[in-house]
Amino acid sequence: MSELSKQGLTRRALLSRAVAAGALAVAGTGFIAAPDAAWAVEVTHVSEHQMATLLQMARDIYPHDRVGDRFYAIAVKSYDSAEQKAAVAEGIAALDKAAKDAGFEDYLSAGWEDERVAILRKIEETKFFQTLRGGLVTGLYNQKEVWPIFGYEGESFSKGGYIDRGFDAIDWL
Amino acid sequence: MAQAAKFELSDSSVTVIVGSGSGGGVLANELAQKGVKVVVLEAGGRYLPEDYVNDEWESFGQLAWTDPRTTSGDWRVAKDFSGLPAWIVKAVGGTSIHWAGASLRFQDHEWKAKTNYGVVEGANLLDWPIDGAEMQPWYDKAEAKLGVTGVGGRPRLPGNSNYKVFEKGAKALGYKEVHTGNMAINSVDYDERMSCQQTGFCFQGCKWGAKWSAAYTDIPRGEATGNLEVRDHAHAARILHDDAGKVTGVEYFDKDGNLQMQKARLVCVAGNSFESPRLLLNSHSTMFPDGLANRSGQVGRNYMRHTTGSVYGVFEKPVRMWRGTTMAGIIRDEARHDPARGFVGGYELETLSLGLPFMAAFLDPGAWGREFTTALDSYENMAGMWIVGEDMPQADNRVTLSDTEDSFGLKVANVNFSDHPNDIAMRNHAYKVGQAIYREVGATRTMPTPPYPSTHNLGTNRMSEKPEDGVVNKNGQSHDVANLFISDGSQFTTGAAENPTLTIVALAIRQADHIAREMAAGNV
Ligand SMILES: Cc1cc2nc3c(=O)[nH]c(=O)nc-3n(C[C@H](O)[C@H](O)[C@H](O)COP(=O)(O)OP(=O)(O)OC[C@H]3O[C@@H](n4cnc5c(N)ncnc54)[C@H](O)[C@@H]3O)c2cc1C
Ligand code: SF4
Repeated sequence: MSELSKQGLTRRALLSRAVAAGALAVAGTGFIAAPDAAWAVEVTHVSEHQMATLLQMARDIYPHDRVGDRFYAIAVKSYDSAEQKAAVAEGIAALDKAAKDAGFEDYLSAGWEDERVAILRKIEETKFFQTLRGGLVTGLYNQKEVWPIFGYEGESFSKGGYIDRGFDAIDWL
Repeated sequence: MAQAAKFELSDSSVTVIVGSGSGGGVLANELAQKGVKVVVLEAGGRYLPEDYVNDEWESFGQLAWTDPRTTSGDWRVAKDFSGLPAWIVKAVGGTSIHWAGASLRFQDHEWKAKTNYGVVEGANLLDWPIDGAEMQPWYDKAEAKLGVTGVGGRPRLPGNSNYKVFEKGAKALGYKEVHTGNMAINSVDYDERMSCQQTGFCFQGCKWGAKWSAAYTDIPRGEATGNLEVRDHAHAARILHDDAGKVTGVEYFDKDGNLQMQKARLVCVAGNSFESPRLLLNSHSTMFPDGLANRSGQVGRNYMRHTTGSVYGVFEKPVRMWRGTTMAGIIRDEARHDPARGFVGGYELETLSLGLPFMAAFLDPGAWGREFTTALDSYENMAGMWIVGEDMPQADNRVTLSDTEDSFGLKVANVNFSDHPNDIAMRNHAYKVGQAIYREVGATRTMPTPPYPSTHNLGTNRMSEKPEDGVVNKNGQSHDVANLFISDGSQFTTGAAENPTLTIVALAIRQADHIAREMAAGNV
């Protein structure tokens, strides 16, 4: 375990989640990071708990097991702003309340994706959820770095198109 | 190249065309070639192949019309994309920059939908005042202009992997008319444009110029005559008329946001099917209280968008559908009129591909969770096709003025649309067929995908024999105002099953001929 995550794994809720999912950890004050410190998001306006929740929500809304947390972190980073602060606080409070009603300490404490999805379904009509979901459509899938994970090749003009690079190369028909 | 013309605002001898897309751009060149002086007002900017970007959202930001519009009705677009009823272009060349290039003639029976389909409850069917025989020479000219493949001795394009999957499934089901289409994409060098390099970003503007677009063909050629001036960033606000009820000029906002007025001998409106009726409605006056050229009350009505939808199939192994032409082939067997299928009119099936970013946005808008994401996980193994069929004109599917205003303070278009039961029956039939095609080739999953924001927008200033039934006559000339013409897809009386642009272009060439003759005869 890296320095970062050692000092970071203090909050019980996140600890349990990190153990369960083995992914994200809260590191100290002001930012969250991957357990291996491969990436980190600094937070200045929202709390680490809120950012960690946003990140988990993003994963649960558009779960791709081959897409690393860092891409989801980039997609939700913009919520750490003065303008979004109130909406995030309110939205996550409502989410955590829905989680409590379902018998969990908070959203992040629900260990299975199915359990968290059931909680999300309770708030999916809210503006907060819809804004987050809508933003992810471009925030996540329009990152050029995620395209190769899906096999998508992006720009092709500079390579001369596919006329000599397999536009009709299907070999299994 | 000769210097492009420059005309005075006070020059009342010019013809003003609003919009420079497939309709307006072609009309402008055709008139200029005949010596008619033309000023085109185009709301968007100028972009050429070197400016186009192989990136879906970036290209959307560069080219798409994103000025406000509002929506109503029970179509799903009103919920998922309430401010974006259409995906069309705001630029010199209009949506001919975005288009995929499928160029099909109407079938003869489609010109007379009312006669051939009979009474369809709730549908406002009407026969066109023209027919296939009348249009044949104009189609010939349009195909030659666009360099359409598979006709005129021009070879068809090679099929990409997406097409091969589609073709194999279609033939296994017994479909006969299956090929790589009639495309306005060069399969060989033609008309000073090179052949297709199979880059696969046809919707984002063809960087090779292999696909026809008015932006880099008709418009520069018209300018080269010295008879055409294209003013970009010129947003038409209102068409003016005199006491005799003839139009006299067009007020527009120039690139600095200043209101200007270009005098005109004749005005042609070609702003696509939302903006054309909007401009007429915004041009209301004491003489035309319900909007210019709207004595019939038909301006804005009978909005059609084709019955569309997509089917995507997921396979065990990669297809890589994004490689090569976006619309790479067609099945035409279902385009016939055969009410035994439970609906009137017919539909075409055409291959389609979206890049990952657009696929995420359009596969199932609003969806989330694993049902959605596992589909995207198989993106590389997907094949795709698009349904395009004849939808029923309905009087209340219409463009009206919204209470919302744009940045110029002009009322924007509200687009109200609800499917007709015939549209739904046709779409469901096509979904079944599309899914069966992919299952024939071993699809492990098939997805009937809802219609995207409209790309084909038709019918809001329909052509009619009688003035009370429509807005323009068989030449696209207003029934009410002799020197006012409609020159885009909004003049469609009915939509037919075919992608509309070849017909828009053929009508524009024909209209130029008519206008030049009428001018020479001193009739307009
Ligand atoms: C992604 C996509 C794929 C398509 N593929 C095909 C296909 O394969 N085959 C086919 O047949 N069709 C296709 N189409 C449809 C085709 O592009 C349109 O039908 C056609 O371009 C419409 O021509 P138009 O002249 O009516 O309007 P447009 O080409 O949209 O031109 C209208 C122009 O008017 C301008 N304008 C509007 N209002 C004003 C104003 N007030 N003042 C000044 N300017 C104004 C706009 O900015 C625009 O440039 C496709 C469309 C899209 C979006
Ligand atoms: S696939 Fe062909 S037509 Fe389409 S953008 Fe590429 S070169 Fe142009």
